[in-house]
Amino acid sequence: MNIDLQPNIDKELIPILDEVADPEIPVLTVLDLGVIREAIMKDGKVLIKLTPTYSGCPAMDVIGDDLKAAFKKNKMEAEVELVLSPAWTTDWMSENGKRKMEEYGIAAPLDETADKEALLGNKRIVKCTNCGSTNTKLVSQFGSTACKALFQCEDCQEPFDYFKCLK
Amino acid sequence: MKNQDLYNYILGIADNSLILGQRLGELCGHGPNLETDIALTNIALDLFGQTRSYYQYAARIAGDGKTEDDVAMLRVERDYKNVLLVEQPNTHFGHVIARQYLFDVFHLLLMTELQNSKDETLAAVARKGIKEVSYHQRFSGDWLKRLGDGTEESRTKMQEAIDHFWPYTAELFDTTESDQKMIKSGIGVDVSLLKESYYKEVTETLEEATLDVPENPYFKKGGKQGIHTEHMGFLLTELQYMQRTYPNMSW
Repeated sequence: MNIDLQPNIDKELIPILDEVADPEIPVLTVLDLGVIREAIMKDGKVLIKLTPTYSGCPAMDVIGDDLKAAFKKNKMEAEVELVLSPAWTTDWMSENGKRKMEEYGIAAPLDETADKEALLGNKRIVKCTNCGSTNTKLVSQFGSTACKALFQCEDCQEPFDYFKCLK
Repeated sequence: MKNQDLYNYILGIADNSLILGQRLGELCGHGPNLETDIALTNIALDLFGQTRSYYQYAARIAGDGKTEDDVAMLRVERDYKNVLLVEQPNTHFGHVIARQYLFDVFHLLLMTELQNSKDETLAAVARKGIKEVSYHQRFSGDWLKRLGDGTEESRTKMQEAIDHFWPYTAELFDTTESDQKMIKSGIGVDVSLLKESYYKEVTETLEEATLDVPENPYFKKGGKQGIHTEHMGFLLTELQYMQRTYPNMSW
């Protein structure tokens, strides 16, 4: 990760932010996803800068509301601003987040080159989240949400989502 | 309005995404198979997401109290500035793919240039959208090759679809008066300069798909000036139905 792109988050806000989960992938918090670019206290208010994973991601409105609700529960007022630049990348997902995602049944993004090979169907490298085999095939470039592609394991036959690399 | 030209320029880009997204949205639950159905509606979702950012910006510039929804939903046909290509009906899957591919190649070239716009908001939307649009082109390009270089029937249908949409491609490279002012000020992209790269890329893909490159010298234009084909009215009727019937409804 580019060090310049580290989010600016006040330490005391982290426990509250860590309570807010992605509505589509509930095992991941907004911090795991790396969508919080800034969270600071200013004049008694929490100011949050949120960046979308994909332009049309319907989870963003929900995440914004969930953030406000989480701070309200802690008797704090939060303002959420959506920022587009710099654009979100899967590099901002935490390692812990990727591990939790795998356990949940979604294959975590490969690096950019490997991702391309996998999504073009050139190489069988995406690991099945059920049995661990890499004998998997691409079923569809688009999965259940815009950020995922659909794969199937040829050994255990399990269909599973793969979180696409975005850079 | 102070920035009428910028407003017009934004809508010229945004309306393409809205109208193409609406066409793709019509396929929700009607795709040829589940995976393609989901793919096409995912592409629609990306387009709506991008267009929402544009409309929010346009509404801010208009500064007349109107919202992104007013801009998207409550204009009359003549005020939509999308190209004719994107409003054409789905007809069959070959048409959906041909229309998508012919737009995607242009869209990616446009986003690539728009990233360097002097307007920070437009540059940011482009930087975000470019990753999505390159994925769209991969999807439509793959299908174009698969169907073109497929069976006799799929090739015939794909060729017919390409021939059908070809006359609509030239309009992509036209510029309006507002466009020209925005190009001069370093905000807009001079799309006329994208023409060569566009036809080169499309020709290569068509050849790979074993399809013939059409030689139609007659091109159809008008959308950028608000003169649309007969399909546009029907599309808007469906798009705007809820807001026209129940004004200001929300959920």
